[in-house]
Amino acid sequence: MSSRARPSMILEGLRKAGVTGIFLGRLLLACGPALARPGLIVAQIFNAGGRSLIIIMLSGLFTGMVLGLQGYDLLHRFGSEEALGTAAALGLLKELGPVLTALLFAGRAGTALTSEIGLMKATDQLTAMEVMAVDPMRYVAAPRFIGGLIAMPLLAAVFNVIGLFGAQLVGVQLMGVDRGTFWSQMQGAVGMRDVTEGIVKSLVFGAVLSLIAVNEGYQAEPTAEGVGLATTRTVVVSSVLTLLLDYVMTAVFL
Amino acid sequence: MSGAAFLQEAPCAPADDAVVEVRDAHYAIDGRPIFAGLDIRVPRGLITAVMGPSGTGKTTLLRLITGQLFADRGQVSVFGRDVGSLSSAEIYAVRKRMGMLFQNGALLTDIDVFENVAFPVREHTNLPESVIRKLVLTKLEAVGLRGAARLMPAELSGGMARRVALARAIVMDPEVLLYDEPFVGLDPISLGVILRLIKQMNQALGITSIVVSHDVQELATIADRSYLLSGGRVVASGTPQELARSDSETVHQFMTGSAEGPVRFHYPAPDYASQLLGAEEG
Repeated sequence: MSSRARPSMILEGLRKAGVTGIFLGRLLLACGPALARPGLIVAQIFNAGGRSLIIIMLSGLFTGMVLGLQGYDLLHRFGSEEALGTAAALGLLKELGPVLTALLFAGRAGTALTSEIGLMKATDQLTAMEVMAVDPMRYVAAPRFIGGLIAMPLLAAVFNVIGLFGAQLVGVQLMGVDRGTFWSQMQGAVGMRDVTEGIVKSLVFGAVLSLIAVNEGYQAEPTAEGVGLATTRTVVVSSVLTLLLDYVMTAVFL
Repeated sequence: MSGAAFLQEAPCAPADDAVVEVRDAHYAIDGRPIFAGLDIRVPRGLITAVMGPSGTGKTTLLRLITGQLFADRGQVSVFGRDVGSLSSAEIYAVRKRMGMLFQNGALLTDIDVFENVAFPVREHTNLPESVIRKLVLTKLEAVGLRGAARLMPAELSGGMARRVALARAIVMDPEVLLYDEPFVGLDPISLGVILRLIKQMNQALGITSIVVSHDVQELATIADRSYLLSGGRVVASGTPQELARSDSETVHQFMTGSAEGPVRFHYPAPDYASQLLGAEEG
């Protein structure tokens, strides 16, 4: 990289951070009035959450089944198969549930949000709203942000429940771990703190990923290429930030 | 008669009679001047046409009038108020008195035709559903699309989408209607319908209209007053007939659609023959 390119990249990065910061401020200001329109928010919870349910449930099931298999294989070496329920529950509640849900959310709901808002911009729909004296931040951006924020922990909860079912399916039904031991060990070892950790992570991921998706759509160049690039950025930035934030939050909770 | 000379000779309506007034407006994008001393006056109750070649900033002018952009220098007044000095809430209040027809319609694609037309009413009033229904159906009937109320925007042709957008633009009974290239890409029937609708809106409802377009022949049939923009300023103004009689080279070139004249058809490029016979670059 040339020495001339470096300062311009830094400046561009700072400019983008500034634009995102200003957007976040405007978005938060618009959230208050948007809360008075529950119909719009419910529609966006359905868009971001309801429409992601199938992919979340399928992924949760297979993740739980893999956990059941790998966990059983590992614990069997030490003669501790009865701890499978605890291992699966802690792994899902604290890490896999929130993180995988966030990654799937970025790929399905995040890209849908970005491309939808980007296309609204490209087809002058946002401008038309402004000319009709309707603030698109209140009507378009804020409901989608709030919808994503609410949908993420709900999706993570569904992922966890289905994941535990998958782990139980393999561990108990297939590998022969005792059903009572599986559930009672889990009940004894998993505390409220573990559940809280997962919920906090989901809420943070929900806020950050929804912000990224809405912001990228709003800032997208109003062209086919611009919307495509913005959608790609949503997935890339969301995925990297999810893993980074997961590490930071795990370190804080430990 | 030159455009500048005509401007001086044109009869001036009283200042309070202008709904929109642009005075010595300067505006540049990335250092490239779009307007360099633009003066336009839109009298109340008339149809004012703003014409000019592509890229002369006709749409930018509409954005200045609606307060989406602000002039770098000079003044843009709407309803007697300087748009540049208004707060965000005041600009929104001004916009409520305006309607705008976008070139592509700009209908909201996730709701049907009825809901698109009802959108501004629902956002700005607390009217009961029965009143909204009658209001929307009345406006759709005016544009001949009452039967399409439950179609989605994706099911409409370009001309139909523009008529729905027109119904949406007039549903709040605006004092001023802005039309951005309303004739582009329309078949002759749709074009004729849109022309008649613009005239009817003006005559029946007394709406002041600003039509931005480069379709000279169409505008000549409906405009009360026309402005021709070139090089960031007004080069001629008057009735369409007066523009047609102008001896200005720019006006003549534009009105006759000639490639030769002060407005260059070709983007600046090196010599044609030497480029064809030269190296493979470019």
